[in-house]
Amino acid sequence: MTSVDDPRPGPGVPPPATTQDGNAPSNRWAGGGGGRKGRGDGPTASYYGRPVLKAPVWKHYIPLYFFTGGLAGASSTLALAAQMAGNDRLARSARLASLAGTAASGPLLIADLGRPGRFANMLRVAKPTSPMSMGTWLLTAFAPSAIAAGASDLTGLLPRLGRLCGAAAGVLGPGMTTYTAVLVSDTAIPAWHDAHRQLPFVFAGSSAAAAGGVAMACTPAASARPARRLALVGACLELGASRMMEQRLGQAGEPYRSGEAARLVKAAKMSTTAGAVLALAAGRRRLAAVPAGVLLAAGSLLTRLAVFRAGFESAADPGATVGPQRRRRRWSDGLPGRPEDTSS
Amino acid sequence: MAECHPVGFQWVMEAKARGARVIHVDPRFTRTSALADTFVAIRAGSDIAFLGAIVNHILTNGREFREYVEAYTNAATIIDERFHDTEDLDGLFSGWDAGKHAYDPQSWQYAGMATGPAAAHQEDSPQGEAHGYGARLKAGNPPETDPTLEHPRCVYQILKRHFARYTPELVEEVCGVPRERFVEVAEALCDNSGRERTAAICYAVGWTQHSTGVQYIRTAAIIQLLLGNVGRPGGGILALRGHASIQGSTDIPTLYNILPGYLPMPHADAHPTLADYLAAVCAPAGFWGHADAFVVSLLKAWFGDAATTENDFCYDHLPFITGDHSTYRTMLDMADGKVQGFFVMGENPAVGSANGRLQRFAMAELDWLVVRDLVEIETATFWKDGPEIDSGELRTAGIGTEVFFLPAAAHTEKDGTFTNTQRMLQWHHKAVEPEGDRRSDLWFSFHLGRIIREKLAAAGEARDRAVLDLAWDYPLLGHHHEPSADAVLREINGVDGDGRTLSGFMDLKADGSTACGCWIYSGCYADGVNQTARRKPGREQSWVAPEWGWAWPANRRLLYNRASADPAGNPWSERKKYVWWDAGARRWTGHDVPDFVADMAPDYVPPDGATAEHALRGDSPFIMQTDGRGWLFVPSGLVDGPLPAHYEPHESPVTNPLYGQGTNPARLTQPHRLNPDNGPGGRYPFVMTTYRLTEHHTAGGMSRFLSHLAELQPEMFCEVSPELAAERGLENGGWATIHSSRATIEARVLVTGRVAALTVQGRTLHQVGLPYHWGWKGLSTGDAANDLFGLALDPNVHIQEDKAATCDIRPGRRPRP
Amino acid sequence: MTTAEPTRMGFFTDTSVCIGCKACEVACKEWNDVPTDGLDFLATSYDNTGALGADTWRHVAFLERPPVPAAGEGEAAQDSGIRWLMSSDVCKHCTHAACLDVCPTGALFRTEFETVVVQQDICNGCGYCVPACPFGVIDQRKGDGRVWKCTLCYDRLRSDMVPACAQACPTASIQFGPLDELRARAAGRLELVKEAGVPGAHLYGADETDGVGGFGAFFLLLDRPEVYGLPPDPVVTTRDLPAMWRSAGAAALAVVGAVAAAFLGGGRRR
Repeated sequence: MTSVDDPRPGPGVPPPATTQDGNAPSNRWAGGGGGRKGRGDGPTASYYGRPVLKAPVWKHYIPLYFFTGGLAGASSTLALAAQMAGNDRLARSARLASLAGTAASGPLLIADLGRPGRFANMLRVAKPTSPMSMGTWLLTAFAPSAIAAGASDLTGLLPRLGRLCGAAAGVLGPGMTTYTAVLVSDTAIPAWHDAHRQLPFVFAGSSAAAAGGVAMACTPAASARPARRLALVGACLELGASRMMEQRLGQAGEPYRSGEAARLVKAAKMSTTAGAVLALAAGRRRLAAVPAGVLLAAGSLLTRLAVFRAGFESAADPGATVGPQRRRRRWSDGLPGRPEDTSS
Repeated sequence: MAECHPVGFQWVMEAKARGARVIHVDPRFTRTSALADTFVAIRAGSDIAFLGAIVNHILTNGREFREYVEAYTNAATIIDERFHDTEDLDGLFSGWDAGKHAYDPQSWQYAGMATGPAAAHQEDSPQGEAHGYGARLKAGNPPETDPTLEHPRCVYQILKRHFARYTPELVEEVCGVPRERFVEVAEALCDNSGRERTAAICYAVGWTQHSTGVQYIRTAAIIQLLLGNVGRPGGGILALRGHASIQGSTDIPTLYNILPGYLPMPHADAHPTLADYLAAVCAPAGFWGHADAFVVSLLKAWFGDAATTENDFCYDHLPFITGDHSTYRTMLDMADGKVQGFFVMGENPAVGSANGRLQRFAMAELDWLVVRDLVEIETATFWKDGPEIDSGELRTAGIGTEVFFLPAAAHTEKDGTFTNTQRMLQWHHKAVEPEGDRRSDLWFSFHLGRIIREKLAAAGEARDRAVLDLAWDYPLLGHHHEPSADAVLREINGVDGDGRTLSGFMDLKADGSTACGCWIYSGCYADGVNQTARRKPGREQSWVAPEWGWAWPANRRLLYNRASADPAGNPWSERKKYVWWDAGARRWTGHDVPDFVADMAPDYVPPDGATAEHALRGDSPFIMQTDGRGWLFVPSGLVDGPLPAHYEPHESPVTNPLYGQGTNPARLTQPHRLNPDNGPGGRYPFVMTTYRLTEHHTAGGMSRFLSHLAELQPEMFCEVSPELAAERGLENGGWATIHSSRATIEARVLVTGRVAALTVQGRTLHQVGLPYHWGWKGLSTGDAANDLFGLALDPNVHIQEDKAATCDIRPGRRPRP
Repeated sequence: MTTAEPTRMGFFTDTSVCIGCKACEVACKEWNDVPTDGLDFLATSYDNTGALGADTWRHVAFLERPPVPAAGEGEAAQDSGIRWLMSSDVCKHCTHAACLDVCPTGALFRTEFETVVVQQDICNGCGYCVPACPFGVIDQRKGDGRVWKCTLCYDRLRSDMVPACAQACPTASIQFGPLDELRARAAGRLELVKEAGVPGAHLYGADETDGVGGFGAFFLLLDRPEVYGLPPDPVVTTRDLPAMWRSAGAAALAVVGAVAAAFLGGGRRR
């Protein structure tokens, strides 16, 4: 339905010519009104079926960043733990994974800006009410640390500085995996906002699964056991939190249940599950560890794409916004139009 | 009004906020209807039936304002015994000459008062705007009257009989308005009239653009006179005009048959000399009695020193008419190759005139065409990109017309006035110099004249005196040599022999000592001050606000306001006092400039031999009429009847249940190969009507080329009811083609409940609504609604009937060649 | 320039007197040089603008609605079978503005008039404000990259002028002034409208206890907000932000725990 660059419907597309109760276009009443025959559940009236909210202007760079940033964060924490445990092979894999993820993250975020040349304006303020502001500062501290740690490991230069940076990255890593959930939740979009309790756990699990999976694939099997464990724990957290999120969301969760986002959800779950099962059953062998890691990473990416897509579908559905709000307001404010009123 | 006069409509909202009831009658539910208290859906073209039924309601139920009617209207006047009504002749009045296609109004005259030759007309040119003269009043009254209003031939009884069959049942049958709804409106109007309350009627071209358009207004006038609503605050009939200054363009006319101030244009056969003309124009009673002063002063303004008593003030230089030179007549002649050249200034006939194809074919026959406008409108380029070029009916190489397009300056780039629908002149100041080649119309007209005069001067031909004798000497300002609009306004106001500005039209003389470009505007530059530029805020003056701008005549804001006081000169009520007689000072006084002789006592009776305004009584408010009364019955001046009758539009899907003569017999049908009729039969079963949208302006030159306006209504569309959409398979947002015998156009479809399916004569009748703003150029393009309409004209003023005709509509786009 | 302490200024849009003329849309575009938002025939009554956005800062909505039977009357006074509601929508300039809260560059700020304005020389088009707005007002301009919305004519206010839309509105449907004065006036107007027999009339956004703390630009509506395309009970997303950070914190700890647990019982290899 949409292009990669602009996931929203084109500007020239008028809303459907049906009226509020889905009748043929030649219905007498044009405009608002709802009634039980309306779109969505219950009394969800709308203005010619138009969305109430604006769809995000973010392009696919953003869910990609969720993946790369989450991968980098969890990998840094894994690397720090591995280093503390003396597992240098694992530490190196994890540090390189973190380096790769971090290196991709900056350009992805900058490319998504409407005015990329002004990216540094992000550092004009530090605003606690803005998860993007907080995240920018987090990334500003994390990225050089992760890059220095990885570079130092690769080149062998400045090892002590590298280890120091690695420690910093490892401490900041968990923040990197979850703040992005707060970022999308802190919007008006029901499928994102109403999921705010579970989504950080989904993203945390997803990052852990990806980090564990990538490290598992890149590390000799003898050293990879902690990575495998992390991958399995992460996958369980990702799958479990996702399921809880979808169940706890009422009308707002509709995009996760049907439509294109739901298809992505399904693909993500299949990929993650397959990767976890493969890791559990045969992860000790490198031959299985690599595809398992790939599946887990793919599943993590698909999860981010699914959540991203769900936000667009949620924003496009006026009923998702109006329905819960109208139920909250009930009918006590004396406005015309009760649930049983089908004439409007 | 909300659609076409949104800024003016704020005053309707203000009135509503103060408790006024707003009733809207229209074929469609518009933005006006949305804010009205009551909306009545009516079949386009049936309003005379509706209004006539209100007249009947008033008379049958005795709801008229009796004292007003008795004293101030011609209700008591007895009409010539030869008069026969449409009730007698099945839809005709007496005097119809089918051979001449015209009425002889002799039998319509007041008993005992013969009409003068001015009302007589040539074979092929009925003249509107004539006044019945040669009349002689007795003590200010017509010779035969019945003050009890009982005489069978008095106007009051004729009126009653004429409208007796205009019942609520008729309204339901003919107009599609449920009878209870009609009675509700009639009662509301009656309840809100009388001593303590007044009601106003506002209308626009939904009433005038019919083959009986003038009679629509007449019916409203009868209602307002019967209810005592004329000349009283909150009453009256407000004509909402459609351009910023179109009132000005009839006051200082761009119409062929009138001179400034509504003087008739002299006719070559009827008025060969100035004396003939003045005999026809000067009325024995009323202010038209001074027409000689108005005319001579006009000639002095135009011809200056060349105009002398010896040469009848250059009367011979005027462009006499010999027949019908109205716009549509001219276009038909143009199509037949009889017109060489054409100036089109601030108009877009290729889109804005009825029968668009006729307009374009006609212009293709010219030798030359000059178009002046703000943007390159369709009229300027029809020869290369018009629909007839697309279809192949015309080839650019085959069109011999030499076309000049000259850019015009906008109102912000020039000084001047607008005269609005309220008769108020408001000066506008130049804000910026026009760039490039843009020039004002004043600049163009003046310098064109200057250059022509220079070229003619050497030849010394007698026939060129008309141009060379003109006084053509305004001060020229700035590097563009822009003529001073201020100087023009002074000339319009009038000056005496010493160049001092006159204070009003009563200063005008017939001896050549005064010059005045337009007698009704005299006073707009009184005391050497540009009165039209006054801008005293409303909150700093009385509610009449006379110090904002200047209204003609004499800055009277309400015409005929003597009628706001009773015959003794006292206000009809305290609540509605407006002007009244101050017995102590022996003068009329009040909230406005009294529209009366200032010191004429209410009990004044004119002696024998009195002339002009002094031939009228002190209790006769209608000072422009020869009997000082409001005319319920019009003995002369209209060519299609002294009373309005419901006639069907020239094209109608229903028959007239009232009369065998179902359509206006006097209407002009203009038969021509380019003006076919839809004809009888059911091929075009729906009524079509045109109208405006707030977002666009007339033929679109000022709106379709601007993104801010074009994007608000970006495409031509039609409005149809859900029932019609279902019947014809039209989809909201889809396309439709609309057909008539003249053309086929396409439009997007808007299905809406605001266009009602009416029940007329027991059947469902559908109306198709067409905004007429579109042409093929600009940011927003589309087909022109006017292409569908033919020419069927009101015979008094030659206006086209594009508010009611017939069509068919089908889904889909129009075929491309 | 005002010499007195600036008070909170705002709009009261009284839709009961809107005549749908769109002078507000045009005046706003003229003054603020807002580009065209497309020549699209939408077939949605007389609304071809569609919605607020980067290129539309005043949007007149048109609703053709069935008549509401007046209480106690047998027949609606307007027996035309239709009500045509018109309303000029605008940015609400919320007391608690989500767009402002989430803006990471500080481009969005609150002026001395307590209105919310985007500084175009700072905005880098991150787009965060776009899905944050519960009304769907602010949006990114195509080809420009930055976000745009109603400024409440900040430049005009600083010159003691009235915003362009309020200036142009012929029926004073759009009223501009100190917000508390507007609220008092609106309460009175609402009573009159209800007395005239419009049971669905209500003020939208005049209540300081609502989810955004009351609007700086509030409305008198004649029907439910959602039929005008407005959310019935908007809440600023920031209200739930503390809970969001708490969840995120817990989830971050879960990551730490998961990593630590991965190394339990060995995992030390060379």
